[in-house]
Amino acid sequence: MKQPTGSPKEHLIVHAERAQERVKELKESSVPVIYVGCATCGLAAGALETIAGFEEALKDNGIEAEIRKVGCLGHCYAEPLVIIQNPGFPPILYQKIGAGEAGILVRSFLKDGSDPCYEYLIGALEADENFPTLMDYPRYLYENRVVMEHCGLIDPENIDHYLAVGGYLSLAQGIEKGGAWVLDEVKAANLRGRGGAGFPAGRKWEIAKGIEKTSKLVICNGDEGDPGAYMDRTLLESNPHQVLEGLALAALAVGAERALLYIRAEYPLAVKIMEKAIVEAQERNLLGAAILGSDFSLEVSVFQGSGAFVCGEETALIESLAGNRGMPQPRPPYPAVAGLEGLPTVINNVKTLSTVPSIIRNGHQWFRSIGTEDSPGTAIFSVVGEVEYPGLVEVPMGVTLEHLVVDVCGGIKDGKELKAVQIGGPSGGCLPASLMETAIDFDSLKTVGAMMGSGGLVVMNEDTCMVEVARYFTDFTQGESCGKCTFCRIGTRHMRDILQSITVGEGTMEELADLEEISEAVIKGSLCSLGKTAPNPVLTTLRFFRDEYVAHIEEKRCPAKMCRSLIAFYIDLEPCARGCDACVACCPVDAIFTTSNRKKAIDQEKCVKCGECVYACPPEYDAVRRVSPPEMIPDQGVEPLTEKEESES
Amino acid sequence: MLDQLLATLNEVERAAIDEEEYNILRAVVDELPAFSREISQLIPILQDIQRKHGYLPRLTLNMVADHVQTTIGKVYGVATFYNQFRFNPPGRNPIKVCLGTACHVKGGEILLENFERRLQIKEGETSADREYSLERVACIGCCALAPAVVVGEKVEAYVTPSKVEGIITEIEVRNEMAAREQMKNEAANG
Repeated sequence: MKQPTGSPKEHLIVHAERAQERVKELKESSVPVIYVGCATCGLAAGALETIAGFEEALKDNGIEAEIRKVGCLGHCYAEPLVIIQNPGFPPILYQKIGAGEAGILVRSFLKDGSDPCYEYLIGALEADENFPTLMDYPRYLYENRVVMEHCGLIDPENIDHYLAVGGYLSLAQGIEKGGAWVLDEVKAANLRGRGGAGFPAGRKWEIAKGIEKTSKLVICNGDEGDPGAYMDRTLLESNPHQVLEGLALAALAVGAERALLYIRAEYPLAVKIMEKAIVEAQERNLLGAAILGSDFSLEVSVFQGSGAFVCGEETALIESLAGNRGMPQPRPPYPAVAGLEGLPTVINNVKTLSTVPSIIRNGHQWFRSIGTEDSPGTAIFSVVGEVEYPGLVEVPMGVTLEHLVVDVCGGIKDGKELKAVQIGGPSGGCLPASLMETAIDFDSLKTVGAMMGSGGLVVMNEDTCMVEVARYFTDFTQGESCGKCTFCRIGTRHMRDILQSITVGEGTMEELADLEEISEAVIKGSLCSLGKTAPNPVLTTLRFFRDEYVAHIEEKRCPAKMCRSLIAFYIDLEPCARGCDACVACCPVDAIFTTSNRKKAIDQEKCVKCGECVYACPPEYDAVRRVSPPEMIPDQGVEPLTEKEESES
Repeated sequence: MLDQLLATLNEVERAAIDEEEYNILRAVVDELPAFSREISQLIPILQDIQRKHGYLPRLTLNMVADHVQTTIGKVYGVATFYNQFRFNPPGRNPIKVCLGTACHVKGGEILLENFERRLQIKEGETSADREYSLERVACIGCCALAPAVVVGEKVEAYVTPSKVEGIITEIEVRNEMAAREQMKNEAANG
C-alpha cells in the first residue's frame, strides 16, 4: 500500500478514512450482518454451534447474510450473545442464542422480516421506538464503559473496526505533541496501576524516562493469574489494538523502542489475536519503524508466560523473560530503573495501558472527573458467583460494593442471602454483608483488610463455607509460592495444613491463634506481595466469620454445609416418591438403593457427597436433605428392598 | 548429538526409550537450530517442543541445555518451576478441570473426583491406553460459566457431576464411529 505523506495525524486521517469507508460498507450492508460473540467465554457457551446453526438455516432458507465473529461484551450470563443488524431495523442484541434459536431467528426475522423475536432479545443498540434499548437495563445503565467501550462491538481481528471508531488517533496526537506531553497528561490524570497495587503509572514512566541510557523497554503485563479474574483476557481478545495503542503511547512517553506483551499460556486465543493485531498494525505503519512517518519506532513482540502466578510480580516476570525460574528479586533497584537486561523497564497491566488512549483523547480533566479524587477513572470487575447477572462490569471508582452487587449485577440468585464478597483473589479478603457500604477504590479496600487486586470479585451466598474458602486460597498461594522466602514457603504450608484439619473437623482452638501468629510472620518475612498478601483471605475470614471456624472446631459442624467431611446426605422418606428413580440414575457411585417401601435411601458408606442427587430430585418432591454434622441424620428405620420382595413386584 | 547423548545412558534407560520418543528426539535435533543460543530463549524453546510434541521427553532437556549453553540442572529447574510443562505424554483427549475460585465454589473439586473415578486415573496422570489425561488448571477465565472443564480444545460450561459421564461417552462414541468408518473404508478399499 502506498504510504501517504505529511504529519502523523494526516497519515492517520488517511488511514481512518479508508477504514471508515470499509466499515461503513459493513454497517450499511444491504444484507443482514450477524455478529456472534466468540471470545473464550462465548465459545465455552457454544458460540461455534450457534454459528453453525446460522449457517445451516441461512443455506436452507436461501438467505444471503454475513456472519462476523466479535469479542466479548462482558455479559457472560447471556452467552452466546448475538447482534443482528437487519436492514430496516436497528442493530439488536439477542441473548442465549443456541443453534435452535439461530434457526428461528433466521426464519422469523431474516426470512419473513416481520418478527424480531422479542422473546430472545435484550434490546436495540440504538434508540428506537419499537424496542427497548440497552440503557433500559440497570446492568448497562449503571456501567460507565471507558476501557471496555468497544469490546464485543468491533471485530478484534480487523484493524479497520478499531480505526473506524477513532483508534490510534491518540497515538498520532501523542507523536505530534511529543512523549513529554503524553507523560504529563497521564501524570496529571493520576492514572493508577490497575494490576492491583495502584502505583501511579505516570510516576513509573517518569522514573524510567529519567534514566540516562540509550535503550528502554515497555512491557504489557498480561499474566493474569488471579483465579476468578478475566478482564485482561477479555481486553486482549476483544480490543487488542487498544492495548497496542496504549503500549505505544507508554513507549513514546518513556522513550522506549522495544515493547513486549507478556501473556499467560492459558490464554491461547488472546495470544493468537494479539499476534495478528501486531502484524496488522505494522502493515499500516502504526507500529514498527518510523511510525506514521515520524521518527518514533517501536518493535513489539509477544512472550508467552508458562503458568506461574508469581510472574505477575514485576521482578519475577523479568526473571522469566530472562529464561530463569520466576523468582522475585529484592527492590530496589526497581524495574523502572534497572529491569530486563539491566535496562529501565516499565511494566504496566493490560487495563492500565488500555486506559491510556482514552486519557490522551479526552484529556486528563475528563479522566479525573470520573471516579474519586485519589482513584480517578473506572474499575473493571469480573463479578462472578451467585449473582443474577455475572460478567465483566466497568464502573466508576468509588461506588459501593452494594451498588455493584445489587444494583448493577442484579443481587443474589435464587432469592438467597448474600454472605460474603471475596475481592482481590488470593491477595484479597472476604468481606461480610455488613461491609457492603465500603467504597471500591484502592485505599478504602485496604482499610478493611482486602485489596483491589486485579478486580476479581466472587459473590458468595449462605451455602459457601468461609473456612473452606480460606483453605482454598491458602492452598493456591502455597502451590504458587516460588519458594524463595522461608515464611512464604513453609508458613503458608502450615497455614494450609491447619485449615485443612479444621475443614475435616480435626482442628483445635489453639490452632486458630497459631493461624494468626503465622499470618503475621508470613506478612513480615516475605519479599514480594504474593507472600505479603497471602494471609489476607485467612485474616479477613477469621475477623469477620470467626464463629464458622469455632463451629467447625467445637461442634464438628459446617454451618454452610459445604465441607464434605462434616456433612451427610439423606433422603427424607416422607416426600420421596414411590417408584421414582431420578436420584439413582445420577449417582456416580451407586450409593442409592430402594427401600422396603419402594422409596430411596443413601448408603452412607458408599456416598461421596457430591450432592448430585439434590439437583436430580424433582422439585415437587425435594426429598434430599443435607445435614451437618453427619450424625444429624434421623433414624427413619430404612430397610433395603429384599430380592424376594423385588421379584414379587 | 543424539547418539552421543544416548551413549551416556545405561542399558535400562536406553531400553525405556520407545520408537515414539526416539522420533521426538530426532525431530528436536532438527528444530533446535531455529532458535538462537541465548539463555533468554530457554522458555520459548521448551514451549515450542511441548507445542509440537505434547510433552518434554527427558533427553530433550539435555539437548536444550546444550543448545543454550547452560547446565541440565538449570533447564530442569526452569521446566519444573512452571505449571505449563509436562514430562509425560498427554492423552489424546486431555481433560483439564478448572479449579479457579468460582469453579471451586461451584464444586470443581467434585468434578475432578468424578473424572478420576470414571477414568481410573489420578490428577496429573495419563490413562494406560493414552486415551485420556487429567489435570487441574488454576483458572481459564470462564468464571461466569462455572464450573468449567476443558476437553481437548473445547471449553465445557456449567459442568455437573452427571455431565462427566456424558463427556466421556461422547468421546467414546466419536472414537467408535471413527473406528467403524475406518473399517468400512478398509473393506471398501481392500
